[in-house]
Amino acid sequence: MRYFLHQLRLEQKVFWRNRESAIFIFIFPILLFLLLGSVYTGKIAVHGAGYKAASVLLTGMIGYGVANTAFSGIAIAVVIRREAGVLKRLRSTPLPPIAYLASVLASTLVVFVLQTVTLFAIGRLLFSTPLPALDQLVSLVFAVLLGVAAFAGMGLAAAALIRSSEGASAIVTVIVLPMAFLSGSFGSTRRYPAFLRVIGDVLPLKHFLDLLQWIFLAGDRFWQCPGAIAVVAAWGIVGAIVAVRYFGWEPRER
Amino acid sequence: MTAISVRQLRKAYRGVEAVRGIDFAVEEGEVFGLLGPNGAGKTTTVEILEGYRERDGGDVDVLGHDPQRTGPAFRERIGVVLQQSELWPNLTVREIHRAFAGYYAQPRDVDEVIEIVGLGEKSGARVKTLSGGQKRRLDFGVALVGDPDLVFLDEPTTGFDPAARRSAWEMIRSLRALGKTIVLTTHYLDEAQQLADRVAVIRAGRIIRIGTPAELIGGSATAEIRYRSQGEETVIETETPTRVLAELTAKAVADGIELEGLEVRRPTLEDVYLELVEDEQPGD
Repeated sequence: MRYFLHQLRLEQKVFWRNRESAIFIFIFPILLFLLLGSVYTGKIAVHGAGYKAASVLLTGMIGYGVANTAFSGIAIAVVIRREAGVLKRLRSTPLPPIAYLASVLASTLVVFVLQTVTLFAIGRLLFSTPLPALDQLVSLVFAVLLGVAAFAGMGLAAAALIRSSEGASAIVTVIVLPMAFLSGSFGSTRRYPAFLRVIGDVLPLKHFLDLLQWIFLAGDRFWQCPGAIAVVAAWGIVGAIVAVRYFGWEPRER
Repeated sequence: MTAISVRQLRKAYRGVEAVRGIDFAVEEGEVFGLLGPNGAGKTTTVEILEGYRERDGGDVDVLGHDPQRTGPAFRERIGVVLQQSELWPNLTVREIHRAFAGYYAQPRDVDEVIEIVGLGEKSGARVKTLSGGQKRRLDFGVALVGDPDLVFLDEPTTGFDPAARRSAWEMIRSLRALGKTIVLTTHYLDEAQQLADRVAVIRAGRIIRIGTPAELIGGSATAEIRYRSQGEETVIETETPTRVLAELTAKAVADGIELEGLEVRRPTLEDVYLELVEDEQPGD
């Protein structure tokens, strides 16, 4: 526990000191929300009903945010540290690997929660989106925890498969941006061609967005959406298995 | 007390033997050098001692632990300087030392360590602003902050300019003055000669000589006398250069001739080393 708190503090410092990660991972979804929220007015149809556009975009940006913080953020950070020899160096200290991993996950959660709170606040102030009611909030907390865990598992898997730090951010961007587009982060997918919607339907982000929208827009409870939960969790578990199988502490290059 | 003992250590990567049955022991407080060309098996050996790699055969004891079956208690007592590592670039020197201090049960005082490695004036500077030599000092500091009994230095000055190398050497001497046991790998002879109490010359996965630097040089007693006379160069190898030289010069003086370019050379560690690693075939 002492190790965990120590390392969590360090992870936070490292994250916020790095301008690229702070801007790209934390600010970017917020910026997109400001842009898209100003462009789309009126209603967006989701699951057969029309909802206030800004509210739909808010859920889209939270989904994009989890992909950014947990998937991209973890994949990039782990690859860079591995290739720089930081992971190898840490391994020769008494820091338990499990405490290290837990602190990386917790640090990601902190960033994502701050991001989500900021998105809700901006939505409330600029676009008059509602704040979640207390019982919705509980369901949203569960959804956020599930999302971070699952996307972190996939992020660790990506880190295990990416070989060089130069390629890391390019590769995760090529994965995350199309996924966010196909899943409906930037607006309804209703008018997308059928084959694009089919691709979107198997992606974890689509189901995470479904979960957020059912909770925040339709007023469902977390446990009333077992299908979405199952798909998101399954992706996370597959990611974790790949990560455990291929993870390495030592630089791949050289 | 023996800090490290290694017997018949073996390690292969995909069927290629990197370490083929080596034996040595390191005493507490000693600076032990593993000297050899690239690919000789030095890093493999050190990484087995550090606990990074599992061996294929042999016995290894480091501070009473088997490095591949041990845990935090062992890691509390070792400090590691890797060949290459770049710590978090946006943290300051002091923050990085604090970070590592937090991993150990009884760390040294952070500011004291920063002074020891000569980064006192840089303690508030971010890592990315440090020079190559200063980053190396940071690696040393971070290896020291847990107050280890044993420090591993893997090629600590590779790629340094002469001035940075000199100052790294000073730092290693100061570690020694703190009573640490040090295991150092290098492919620089002068480094081994300057720093190590004992040196093992390693080549193709075997130790081919082991001893103090003086013993390694002394092992080859021949001196070389060279001169030119009437345009012809003569080289005499002898184990008794004083007598041969006296006879030679006496005769030259008697005959009234000048021996051009007369010189007497003793082998340096470099000659011995090159002779060892180039000429000696692995004795399979």
